[in-house]
Amino acid sequence: MKRIDGGLIDRDHPVDFRFDGHAYQGFAGDTLASALLANGQRVLGRSFKYHRPRGVLSAGSEEPNALVTLGLGAGSEPNARATMVEIRQGLEAFGQNGFPNVGFDLMEVNDLFAPFFSAGFYYKTFMGPKLPGWRVWERVFEPVIRRAAGLGRLDRTKTPIATEKAYAFCDLLVIGGGPTGLMAALTAAEAGADVILADEDHLPGGRLNGDRQEVGGQSGADWAAGIVAQLASMPNVRVMTRTTVTGVYDQGTYGALERVVPGRGRPEETFWRITARRAVLAAGGIERPVALANNDRPGVMLSGAVRTYVNRYAVAPGRSAVVFGASDEAHRTAADLLRAGVHVAALVDARPGATCDLTVRFHAGGLVEGVQGREVESVAIRRADGVLEKVQADLLAFSGGWNPSVHLTCHLNGRPVWRDDIAAFVPSEGAVPGLIPAGACNGEATTFACLSAGRDAAVQALANLGRQATPPDLPQAEDTAGEGRPLWVMPGKGRKWLDFQNDVTVKDVELAARENFRSVEHMKRYTTQGMAPDQGKTGNVAALAALADATGRSIPGTGTTTYRPPFVPVSIAALGAGGQGKGFAAERFTAAHPVALSMGAPMIEAGLWYRPSYFPKSGEQTWRESCDREVGYVRNAVGICDVSTLGKIDVQGPDAAAFLDFVYTNNMSTLKPGNTRYGLMLREDGHVMDDGTCACLGEGHYVVSTTTAAAGEVMRHMEFAAQVLRPDLDVRLASVTEHWAQTAIAGPQSRELLNEVLDTPLADGDWPFMACGEVSVGGIAARLFRISFSGEHAYEIAVPARYGESLFRCLVTKAEARGGGVYGMEALNVLRIEKGLLTHAELDGRTTAYDLGLAGMMSKKKDFIGRAAAGREGLTDPTRPRLVGIKPVGAVQQLTSGAFLFEPEAEATRVNAQGTVSSVAFSPTLGHFVGLALLTEGPERYGEKVRMVDHLRGVSTLCEVVHPAFLDPDGGRARG
Amino acid sequence: MRLTCPHCGERDLREFTFGGATLTRPEGDWGPDWDAYIHLRENPAGLSREYWTHDMGCAAWLLVERDTVTHDIRAVRPVGEGAP
Amino acid sequence: MRFNALRVLKEGLTGNRGWGPHWRDPEPKPAYDIVIIGGGGHGLATAFYLAKEHGLTNVAVLEKGYLGGGNVGRNTTIVRANYFLPGNSEFYSHSLKLWETLEDDLNYNVMHSQRGLFNLYHSDGQRDAIVRRGNAMINQGDDAFLLDRAALEKKLPFLDYDNGRFPIHGALYHPRGGTARHDAVAWGFARGASDRGVDLIQNCEVTGIDTEGGAVTGVQTTRGAIRARKVAIVTAGRSGQVAALAGLRLPIESHVLQAFVTEGLKPVIDNVITFGMGHFYISQSDKGGLVFGGDLDFYPSYAQRGNLPTVEHVMEAGMTLMPMIGRAKVLRSWGGIMDMTPDGSPIIDRAPVDGLYLDCGWCYGGFKAVPGSGFALAHLLATDRPHDSATGFRLDRFTTGRGLMDEEGKGAQHNLH
Repeated sequence: MKRIDGGLIDRDHPVDFRFDGHAYQGFAGDTLASALLANGQRVLGRSFKYHRPRGVLSAGSEEPNALVTLGLGAGSEPNARATMVEIRQGLEAFGQNGFPNVGFDLMEVNDLFAPFFSAGFYYKTFMGPKLPGWRVWERVFEPVIRRAAGLGRLDRTKTPIATEKAYAFCDLLVIGGGPTGLMAALTAAEAGADVILADEDHLPGGRLNGDRQEVGGQSGADWAAGIVAQLASMPNVRVMTRTTVTGVYDQGTYGALERVVPGRGRPEETFWRITARRAVLAAGGIERPVALANNDRPGVMLSGAVRTYVNRYAVAPGRSAVVFGASDEAHRTAADLLRAGVHVAALVDARPGATCDLTVRFHAGGLVEGVQGREVESVAIRRADGVLEKVQADLLAFSGGWNPSVHLTCHLNGRPVWRDDIAAFVPSEGAVPGLIPAGACNGEATTFACLSAGRDAAVQALANLGRQATPPDLPQAEDTAGEGRPLWVMPGKGRKWLDFQNDVTVKDVELAARENFRSVEHMKRYTTQGMAPDQGKTGNVAALAALADATGRSIPGTGTTTYRPPFVPVSIAALGAGGQGKGFAAERFTAAHPVALSMGAPMIEAGLWYRPSYFPKSGEQTWRESCDREVGYVRNAVGICDVSTLGKIDVQGPDAAAFLDFVYTNNMSTLKPGNTRYGLMLREDGHVMDDGTCACLGEGHYVVSTTTAAAGEVMRHMEFAAQVLRPDLDVRLASVTEHWAQTAIAGPQSRELLNEVLDTPLADGDWPFMACGEVSVGGIAARLFRISFSGEHAYEIAVPARYGESLFRCLVTKAEARGGGVYGMEALNVLRIEKGLLTHAELDGRTTAYDLGLAGMMSKKKDFIGRAAAGREGLTDPTRPRLVGIKPVGAVQQLTSGAFLFEPEAEATRVNAQGTVSSVAFSPTLGHFVGLALLTEGPERYGEKVRMVDHLRGVSTLCEVVHPAFLDPDGGRARG
Repeated sequence: MRLTCPHCGERDLREFTFGGATLTRPEGDWGPDWDAYIHLRENPAGLSREYWTHDMGCAAWLLVERDTVTHDIRAVRPVGEGAP
Repeated sequence: MRFNALRVLKEGLTGNRGWGPHWRDPEPKPAYDIVIIGGGGHGLATAFYLAKEHGLTNVAVLEKGYLGGGNVGRNTTIVRANYFLPGNSEFYSHSLKLWETLEDDLNYNVMHSQRGLFNLYHSDGQRDAIVRRGNAMINQGDDAFLLDRAALEKKLPFLDYDNGRFPIHGALYHPRGGTARHDAVAWGFARGASDRGVDLIQNCEVTGIDTEGGAVTGVQTTRGAIRARKVAIVTAGRSGQVAALAGLRLPIESHVLQAFVTEGLKPVIDNVITFGMGHFYISQSDKGGLVFGGDLDFYPSYAQRGNLPTVEHVMEAGMTLMPMIGRAKVLRSWGGIMDMTPDGSPIIDRAPVDGLYLDCGWCYGGFKAVPGSGFALAHLLATDRPHDSATGFRLDRFTTGRGLMDEEGKGAQHNLH
């Protein structure tokens, strides 16, 4: 193995890199595979099951063998295809699945036990012995199997990976930059269409870069480079190299992975969502290996890949080669090897009548039955006369034929169809709406046919878009393809690999057939054929042929082949770009957020919002101390709380009142301007969806509040009700949650404090409980609501969000001067539980108005959403769990949320369970724990004892069932 | 998937939310018609008439005719235009 | 033929020539006592338990395509018993017990691996909900532990506890939860049923359900008419179409759920991890692939494939939860057709046509239910009484509103699940 002359590598730019700790040098333009081959390194990996040494089979993304890990430790990348990795200065790569390394792997012993590791053997064993209390599968077999399986190793450190996602739009997406794709892109570009040309190689051109052939009077590679340069200079064309189109989705959406050229500030990878009005698939073909004995050995290589290494990378992948095929391409491979100075020990052409004009040993009608050696040392040739001849060689270049790259045409469930004349599957008609397969991926065999098909496909695609294209002249190119025939399974003994990566051999397929896994889907699943990283790109069709053989059926009679996205494996970091850290979901901050932060409040998530949990003061040891103090502010002086996260929906229109009657269970049309009412919404299935307040600001103008978590859902629900269910009503909705910063002022001194900030103080007797209206604060128009979620005399004041922070600071300062202060979510929760008020712990989507003691809020005089379904017998059954309060009455005084309730003496099992505890709090006001619970027949059981059991926390508490309003049940404090 | 909002033009699936089969809400108390409305579905494998909302866009509710096997979108109309 | 290590050894030494078909491929007979429509996990398990528990073997399973070709072969392989509502609780508990002896019962290694399952929580509210679930599990006699952050971090050091969008506070740990090799479950039940005399008929699509006087008399198929006294519809996402053959409409809407697997990796995730805030769940298969999934695409579909918004959401959830998997590459994605019921819980019941039975509505949780569902439906078919573990799965619960089992609290409306 050595460098030879020519090639598309840049010899002026040597590149140093390391593989398995050894230093090597290659050139810019090399892949890791070509550079290692040039350095004589043939073993790059180990196989999955038998740990056989593996070399390079291909020169593209279909590579099943040469998977390596890039980098070490944090940020290292397992399972990179050496055939796709461009070498760069300092690149460090490692072989995989070998211990201690891929050159010498102790696990290779597995290969000796291969007879016992037949397809599906693991379903038949590892089931015993059964030892009581000792799980032999989990303890013994599975760990051993897991350690042996897998390929690369994932580093567990949490290293950020720079990835991005992006959108792109075009008239025509051309997938693949070989002769077909270049011609399609050129045709469309010259017609003025917006074109994206995506090619997974860094150097577009496809086979033109790997073969020696002339296009338009120059080398194919030069012609391709010229067209690419021309395209790149056009403003309506985006040439995306290193970009693999990975998936097809509905309505012309394509996913594509770009491996970005390294550079400062650049991501490693970008995942593109490309929306294309039309697409031309010009993905080319993938060569098939031939199933012959030991065809997985390093030194066995696809014939086309050999040409690519010789012509493009200027690497001789062996010293002495046998070339085997059944088409003229084999001759081309032999010719290129000879030209590169590689000894061609034999050219074996399975076609009996074939002739050869090269000066090599030629075997027409011969077959290769196998190779010998750990790396290829000799090749066994069955000559046409039946004699088996062993030829010394270190390289076998073989071709079983070509599979059109139909993969993307399968992504919308298209099933490829078999073409007997070319012995291959081609895309079915119309498999992907708007996508035209052209060229080799559609079964074309010559360069000229591909150029022509690319041009025609672009013309057709543009015509579909109503655009006229003037087809450019086609360059002169190779236009004859000799007759070929496919080579599937060769005769002779030994294991013949179909799926190199997963170690599936012809014997495995035969065994599957014997065991009645005759459906191709069964065979694949039983043998794992096609399930490996290459997804059967090289092996699936040959496996189908082997199954057809084993079951006495034709290939199309046996089944078809199909592929799912992605076309090549795509990193989770690329598909999930932006999700790491806080990026997974939007973060919403209220206007007063900086105040809470400056006061040292721990923030907790409430939906997408952040809210302060409590506001610690120096000297306080636990959150409870802070919380108890804050509860005291509200109960004894005045507390300030940011309630901006609650949803606010503005409802306006002549029929707004009628509309609100329809979405709320209770009557809203009787609400007069300047008044607020508590409202309950059901889902149409009769269960409670949400609660909140509805304030009438004027005739036909309301603002309704929702809980923080349900704001989006309620908005969508109300829009549905307005647009779909009641289009007869003239009403408009707008979400104004972010527009207003809203602050609760709660406690006996709330009115006094409020009057300190209002431009016109509230007059005595004005603003009774549930009043609302406009006020002025520092010259700013504000909205004031006299509502309470604590049971105290309280207000909520809303100002435009930009004034929220300063008003909040001002209110907190003034409250502190009155012996009160700011309170957080913990205190808010205690305050509402003391009053028996509800949150989504009780409105959990399963409860009804009846369950929550709110049946009286369901108007009998009007229709409303959920009315009919709420009347079902099962929703009004008295034995349903219904809302009660509980308080501890025994030695144990602790209540816990999530606990279950039982009769005091009953065993704590499912059949005895009578309810669950939804919310608990320690009430500093009452000096004991208080809890809300849903208990069967609850309200009929006040005064009874129940036992609360929390198995998980080990708490068992005797409780008394009480009314849920522990404090001020008649509500005098809020009204006063 | 991409839908063409009659107000905003062609947009990606991520701007829309599916809202159920297009059925007519019954009147009156609970009965078989309500049961059918809330629970029973044709669940067609093929052409399906559905409500969607462009809730990340103009907030309009839309009538969509869509094939549940191919994901082909046959028509998108505002709910006001055409009976469910 | 019994499977065991000795047999594998002997066959290995003799060229593996002695292995025979795992199941027979009989021609359909003109009549059976019971016809099961659908040769997926649930249908095959029903056939197995009819034979094993009730001695009923004049039974045929009719499969449109190939055995195990539905959701049993396209899921994330999670097996657990961590429900909290009565009705579900006892059923999944029973199903898990069946899993625990399944390999003995089937003489087939389905690789049931009780590697433990973690449900993460991120707030006090979620902790309380998870505690309620855990207490329900213990009430039922199953296992659950509440882990705080420190305890969880010892077991799962690779999660991003602090920097993720939803910092992790702890988890509910279900040691008996785990995974199984999904295809093997279908094949094991198929082999067990076939060995006991049940006819498994592949490539046999049911095109009609025959009734006479309001009672089932048989089915029409692409392989001819088959008479039957009892017919069970066990066709998951296709339940609506098959039930329509008998003139029924079901409370089911079929949605697509996508799942993903990465390339093989050395052991890195030893348990099953569920990240509720991200609708994300992940485990690592014995072959080394990370198997994970997310939420529905949220539109009805029979395409068995989904779209990018959900794909990306799932991946983003993975990245915020455990950034280490960023370097793993997704190898394959697929979609299953989920038979979603309004309350998210299944139906095992007699249909309003005599002799017709329904087993459907498994939503996105049918895999772990395979043995339990087969066992319960076999019991119902054999005795016409629901099995004790499945009394809650009534069809009429939607009509009456009695016994709804809405674990997620999203409501008995299709468009809200």
